[in-house]
Amino acid sequence: MTITLDAPRLVATKPLLDVKGVSKSYGSVQAVRNVSAHAYPGEVLGIVGESGSGKSTLLRMMNLEEIPEQGRYTLDLPDVSGNLFDLDRFARRMLCATKIGIVYQNPHLGLLMKHSSSGNVAERLLVAGERSFATLRQAATEALDASEFPLDRLDAPPIELSGGMQQRVQLAKAIALEPALLLLDEPTTGLDVSVQALVLDTLKRLQQDRQITMVIVSHDLGVIRTLADRVMVMRRGEVVETGLADQIFQDPQHPYTQQLVHAKL
Amino acid sequence: MTQVLEIEGLKKGFSLHHLEKDIPAFDDISFSVSAGEFVLLKGANGAGKSTLLRTLYRSYLPLAGTIRFHSSYGEIDLARAADVDVAQLRRTEIGFVTQFLTARPRVSAEAIVAEPLRLAGWDAETALDAARQALQTFGVKPDLWAAYPTTFSGGEQQKVNLARALILPQKLLMLDEPTASLDVNARGALVSRLQELKDQGTAMIGVFHHPGDVEHLIDRIIDLTPDAFPIEERDDVAL
Repeated sequence: MTITLDAPRLVATKPLLDVKGVSKSYGSVQAVRNVSAHAYPGEVLGIVGESGSGKSTLLRMMNLEEIPEQGRYTLDLPDVSGNLFDLDRFARRMLCATKIGIVYQNPHLGLLMKHSSSGNVAERLLVAGERSFATLRQAATEALDASEFPLDRLDAPPIELSGGMQQRVQLAKAIALEPALLLLDEPTTGLDVSVQALVLDTLKRLQQDRQITMVIVSHDLGVIRTLADRVMVMRRGEVVETGLADQIFQDPQHPYTQQLVHAKL
Repeated sequence: MTQVLEIEGLKKGFSLHHLEKDIPAFDDISFSVSAGEFVLLKGANGAGKSTLLRTLYRSYLPLAGTIRFHSSYGEIDLARAADVDVAQLRRTEIGFVTQFLTARPRVSAEAIVAEPLRLAGWDAETALDAARQALQTFGVKPDLWAAYPTTFSGGEQQKVNLARALILPQKLLMLDEPTASLDVNARGALVSRLQELKDQGTAMIGVFHHPGDVEHLIDRIIDLTPDAFPIEERDDVAL
């Protein structure tokens, strides 16, 4: 028995992020099939699923790194309009730099490993058009501080830093321009537990202090449970279930979600 | 009295797909709760008391029936309300109190207690002041306010949890055995906080292992034991 919920009645705001009917194939493999997702302002949407479920592909679409064969993507922000998948490369790059922040599981994807940490953060501001050295340095320092990065290591290149520190540099870079949307792709995977707790705590605090809308992809249900308001479960490129985080974990409806939740230690 | 909640024909069960089994919890439950009213749920273990509370909070999805809630934003059926609407009501009007704290690593007791106020839009300083006040009321020593509750004893964690759960006055409050294993002083603080909220018009539905703890708060008792006469007036019941 499938239960259908009503359309929102109390919350009158539109979703900040709205992705509708996206599909993407790589050769004969359909990575994402007719998926829709949305996140309201200040909401944290968690996406779970096993490897190959299409969750990371979906996140890369939200960061406009992947353009699907079909589907629409809108962000409800001033001076942003239309289907974002239709933007040209330059407009895409500008939009990502100013409105969207992303943290990858693999810091190599998000950082220049041999440049200084503060330089990595400042680069984001350069792309957005800032040219004054003093302002760049100042803004980079503030962002690193907000990510709880030790400021005596500002000039250390990420390659010399631990995994947890590298994630903070990525996070600082992602939030430097106060994006409306923060995308997180397995942000704590591969970190040891104590460092994982630090990163989670930093994210939670950012969410409370700045009300950033977040989409977090992880196969770690504990991470999703700690951060997400709402959860979307993906399998083989499709969405099998969405719901409030506690409902997904306590009363999963779909056989696959039940399996997934019961597999958690 | 003003109605807060009207439940009609509510049904919940669980489909365990790997066992290919449907487990019924309760069927055809109907009752209403008014502002400032305290309803006690009773029934043997497994009668579905906690399940009913979680269904009303929408941690569980009901299979059938309606849960009409009179929110200050308008009337809504919680059984089928959109997730985002339920989330908003939980931030502002519907609370759930258990005996367990979900402590997060590296978050101080006072920050955990202040969190519901922050989410409801209070500024950081005012929220923190109110949080310390609440911790004081529940008897958590000032030395511990800035410490991380992950390392607290069970009893202290429970006090932090209650301070957090009851800090924001709600329209509707679900109470799932919040007095279990609480020391006398904290129990006293809990009961007087509940009385305060009740006087302010909070409707409450509770499950208590020892209903004697909240005896003078109870207005009505609903028995979930199958085939029991469903609703008893408070005066007829010996606790």
